[in-house]
Amino acid sequence: MYEMDWSSIPGALPLLFKGLLITFEVTITAIVVGIVWGTVLAITRIGPNKILAKLAAGYVNLFRSVPLVMVILWFYLIVPQGLKAIFGDDIGDIRLTSALVAFALFEAAYYSEIIRAGIQSVPRGQVSAGLALGMTQGQTMRLILLPQAFRNMTPLLLTQAIILFQDTSLVYVIGLSDFFGTAYKVGDRDGRLVELLLFAGAIYFVISFSASLLVKRLQARFVK
Amino acid sequence: MIEIKSVSKWYGEFQVLTDCTTTVQKSEVVVVCGPSGSGKSTLIKCVNGLEPFQSGEIIVKGTSVGDPKTNLSKLRSHVGMVFQNFELFPHMTIIDNLTIAQEKVLGRNKEEARDKGMKFLDRVGLKIQAPKHPGQLSGGQQQRVAIARALCMDPICMLFDEPTSALDPEMINEVLDVMVELAKEGMTMMCVTHEMGFARKVANRVIFMDHGLIVEDATKDDFFGTPRSDRAQQFLAKILQH
Repeated sequence: MYEMDWSSIPGALPLLFKGLLITFEVTITAIVVGIVWGTVLAITRIGPNKILAKLAAGYVNLFRSVPLVMVILWFYLIVPQGLKAIFGDDIGDIRLTSALVAFALFEAAYYSEIIRAGIQSVPRGQVSAGLALGMTQGQTMRLILLPQAFRNMTPLLLTQAIILFQDTSLVYVIGLSDFFGTAYKVGDRDGRLVELLLFAGAIYFVISFSASLLVKRLQARFVK
Repeated sequence: MIEIKSVSKWYGEFQVLTDCTTTVQKSEVVVVCGPSGSGKSTLIKCVNGLEPFQSGEIIVKGTSVGDPKTNLSKLRSHVGMVFQNFELFPHMTIIDNLTIAQEKVLGRNKEEARDKGMKFLDRVGLKIQAPKHPGQLSGGQQQRVAIARALCMDPICMLFDEPTSALDPEMINEVLDVMVELAKEGMTMMCVTHEMGFARKVANRVIFMDHGLIVEDATKDDFFGTPRSDRAQQFLAKILQH
């Protein structure tokens, strides 16, 4: 029978921690940029300009219809070319940058759908009330619609963030050492792949599961 | 104050308003009534440009509502509107509901807006509710807050779109009392309502609408005394039976 040997983990902890930081960096960047860009896309999609609305819809549908792994690879192949064209050949390691860009743009498509539904969940009369008080369309959106929309959709946004956190492990395809990538490399190096992957899986589980418990508690509070 | 001239409006093929013409003088209270689907709410929403209309003209204190060059936000900032479903902002406290447009639209400072807000809250008898959220208030209280919110903007006239239709019967009077008081103070008011008691008490004129047409536009006494159209007579007979 295979005998477990966990001894290579303690020594690798600093390395694994560094990987975890990369995972968090990608996750948090994608959440922040994804929500901001996703909000812009959502507002454009329901906005008055039909051409821009079509473009936004096209963007969202494109990213939602392509596997994430491919998007990551595309950006790894395209972004460097673009950067080289602008800054010359001396651009250093762009794996992290291209992963950040890929995730942010990809997640924006998903976030925009959540945000669009959130905006549409606010009763129409609220817009009328804002406008009737003399607010501009922009003020009504910013002060009346969006705060209510975000309150309604916080649980969904957080759930999407948890999925995103797990999906960041896909950056292994471009050789970026995130938490999963690092665990894999350490396991490979020490011939202890099974232990390292079990360990990494346990960490992903603990983080994701605690986060989803938090979402449940938040949800209960919002329903009240 | 409000001039409505030959206003027509279509939703696609369907005509909701047909050649509506009427005026509301300064300090006049005009009640608009009629069966549901007669276009009365649509007409009142055209007055502050919440609903666009395809032909005709509406002039509010010298400003043409339908003119694309008109700054609608500016116009609306001094035309108060009260909605059937109150439409208070649920994510803000009562006092913030009253101050937000004063600050963001009229550019008043915080203290000024707050003082004004508290003054009008006091007038509708809800000063102690200031720190609460709309969800914690009864329907009647919410509607009174909505009236106070509109008054904070120092409106030149007030539009009421079925302000008591969503209320439980025992709460209707507290809202009507506030409206009666406003009317007595000389506020120019256009009210879509089925409350004929209110119309009798304070209205100068009553407009009766049916199928998008203004069927009857008469002084209160004429309307209740000798309505000319059959349709208005039937309507009155029905709602006055109860």
